[in-house]
Amino acid sequence: MKAQVNGTSRDLAEGTSIAAVVALVGAPAKGVAVALDGAVVPRALWEKTIVPDGGVVEVLTAVQGG
Amino acid sequence: MDDPLIIAGREFRSRLITGTGGAANLSVLERALVASGTELTTVAMRRVDAAGQTGVLELLRRLGIEVLPNTAGCRTSAEAVLTAQLAREALETNWVKLEVVHDEETLLPDPVELLDAAERLVDDGFVVLPYTNDDPVLALKLQDIGCATVMPLGSPIGTGLGIRNPHNIELITSRATVPVVLDAGIGTASDAALAMELGCSAVLLATAVTRAQDPERMGAAMRCAVEGGRLARLAGRIPQRFWAQASSPGL
Repeated sequence: MKAQVNGTSRDLAEGTSIAAVVALVGAPAKGVAVALDGAVVPRALWEKTIVPDGGVVEVLTAVQGG
Repeated sequence: MDDPLIIAGREFRSRLITGTGGAANLSVLERALVASGTELTTVAMRRVDAAGQTGVLELLRRLGIEVLPNTAGCRTSAEAVLTAQLAREALETNWVKLEVVHDEETLLPDPVELLDAAERLVDDGFVVLPYTNDDPVLALKLQDIGCATVMPLGSPIGTGLGIRNPHNIELITSRATVPVVLDAGIGTASDAALAMELGCSAVLLATAVTRAQDPERMGAAMRCAVEGGRLARLAGRIPQRFWAQASSPGL
């Protein structure tokens, strides 16, 4: 199945969790947040939340700015 | 003299809020932040694979500086609300510097989207510090819907043009009951001092320090300017006169 991860189309295995996607993009251990289809997925739900086919995942962290 | 800045019940000894953008590297940033004496500093939220520069959070934690996430880059209320919610999740703070800009050329706030986003975030339990135009009416509306500060611009972000409409800033400070933070447009120390003399409670700046030829020294200059301007405001300046008035006794 396909999903958009940080703007890039990715082939993901069925049943891929948000936690797996976070690992896939190489996110740091702290200071990271995830949105699935425009809504925040709390960290506590990363393991049990499965990315749907066509899902849009954004993995964000803090950078220098402002 | 004990004169803390109080935002949403939290006390800060420094009245200088800084950004982290524009610094050549983290080492330069660290020296500038330390010299500035800041206790509250903004960061932006970006995609992990496009982040490029990391380590800013670790730096701020090591220096004991509070993190203030912003919604830089957002053009709509919906984008800004989601970005704030992501920042709250990532950084475990319900404080947000709310930015909703209209276009890339001016980076001026979009007042319609800004007010809508501010209302939604206040309702969602955020401590909202909105970057706004130097519009006294909009500033009052932002305050009335529950924003913790109002942060009018002196001039557009990154221009260093200083405070283009000092009277508007004074109109805002004369009526606001929440702290007014002069945000954006500061070019040099005298701009920061003027903001404080006009009655602002604090100054927020980044570029003026991070892109100065010597960011560490400019950080120190801004610290002194904010302190000097604040003292002058509290001291009460003399009225301006048209004709000279001798300060020595007559012969």
